Amino acid sequence: MKATSRIGLAVLAAAFALSAHAQEAPDALVKRVSQEVVQIIKNDPKVQAGDQGRIREVIESKLVPHFDAERMTALAMGRNWRQATPEQQKQLVDQFRTLLIRTYSGALNQYRDQQIDHKPLRADPNATDVLVRTEVIRQGQPPVQIDYGMEKKDGGWKAYDVIVGGVSLVTNYRDEFNEQIRAGGIDGLIKTLAAKNGGAAK
Amino acid sequence: MKSSWTRLLFVASSSALFAGCATTGPASPADPFEPWNRAMYQVHEVVDGNIVRPAVQAYVDYTPPPVRQTISNFFGNIDDLFTAITAMMAGKADMAGNSLGRVIVNTMWGVGGLIDVASSGDIPKANFDFGLAFGTWGIPQGPYLFVPLLGPTTVRDGSGWVVRFYAGPIGYIPDVPARNVLYGLGAVDSRAQALSAESIVDQAALDRYTFIRRAYLQRRQYLLYEGKVPPEKEEE
Repeated sequence: MKATSRIGLAVLAAAFALSAHAQEAPDALVKRVSQEVVQIIKNDPKVQAGDQGRIREVIESKLVPHFDAERMTALAMGRNWRQATPEQQKQLVDQFRTLLIRTYSGALNQYRDQQIDHKPLRADPNATDVLVRTEVIRQGQPPVQIDYGMEKKDGGWKAYDVIVGGVSLVTNYRDEFNEQIRAGGIDGLIKTLAAKNGGAAK
Repeated sequence: MKSSWTRLLFVASSSALFAGCATTGPASPADPFEPWNRAMYQVHEVVDGNIVRPAVQAYVDYTPPPVRQTISNFFGNIDDLFTAITAMMAGKADMAGNSLGRVIVNTMWGVGGLIDVASSGDIPKANFDFGLAFGTWGIPQGPYLFVPLLGPTTVRDGSGWVVRFYAGPIGYIPDVPARNVLYGLGAVDSRAQALSAESIVDQAALDRYTFIRRAYLQRRQYLLYEGKVPPEKEEE
């Protein structure tokens, strides 16, 4: 696999960039976590074999704790978020997190070995909201930019958006959520999300 | 392929006719013909899902990767030429120069474009086309359109497709069977490149139509502004 890593990993990894060390700069966090996950992917035979359960386990243990599922859900909900009851909000966050995990599991399984460039952070050192930029190099095709919107929280930096080639994951769900809410209210959206997630482990 | 383009024009013109028939207000201002587009999307799903997608998947499964890469490089080299032309139209001198450099290097040293030596030599491939050039001239996207077999576009970007199609060069090959083989290969190649992204859409989307529409429009904005899109407000 040479110096290359997997694009899916990068997506995952930085998606939820971590923070065991609150002092660590957000770009350093993205890089460290993506490299950690790349190592697991390279060396874990189950992941190599495409075992979805194992892939999900890696994502849940390594990445999920470091991303802000609540903020992602609130952003995707837009103005509908405040109309949801606390119980609905909790269910939405749970379901949306599961959907994101499933999506990333699929991405991880899909992409072939690719080289990832981590770009220097262009931000004020005191900034609490930054965009960490990475680029996936593909042979014979334009590179794909993968950027992570990250916010400084008490426990360190957390990712609240992943922007792949200019397509923001969170913004992309906004139309869908709106549509579901218009058709069946917030409970309708929760039902659709749960159905989409099917038997997936929460 | 040619018939697909006729269809595009047909869709564009019929969409205009159908606009008057829409009774429910559009959910997305960018997509005033949503009922029509959704119908076209259903047609696409049936044809693509049952015929095109399985065939292209077989091509990916049974063609050795170096062969597929070579085919992609060949069509990519032609695309680079049009990237150079359209970037020039938009006044993007650096992008035009790089893309033209890629075409020259790959054509001369890469066996007529079969090998992408320029990427190894660090001349990155760029993304630009007629629709984006029109955008830099201030022409708005116009209504969103979903065209069966061709996928998501807009009036502006679709017009770009038409220009690109008639600009050639494959259409100017006098030998009809050779031309058709190249059209076919080009179509399979570009469809194959969308396969992996598509399975992610399958995983992610609650409603594929809406998901694809938003992703397409976001992507085009991003390419138009070369990544410097003013960030959207969090709460609208």
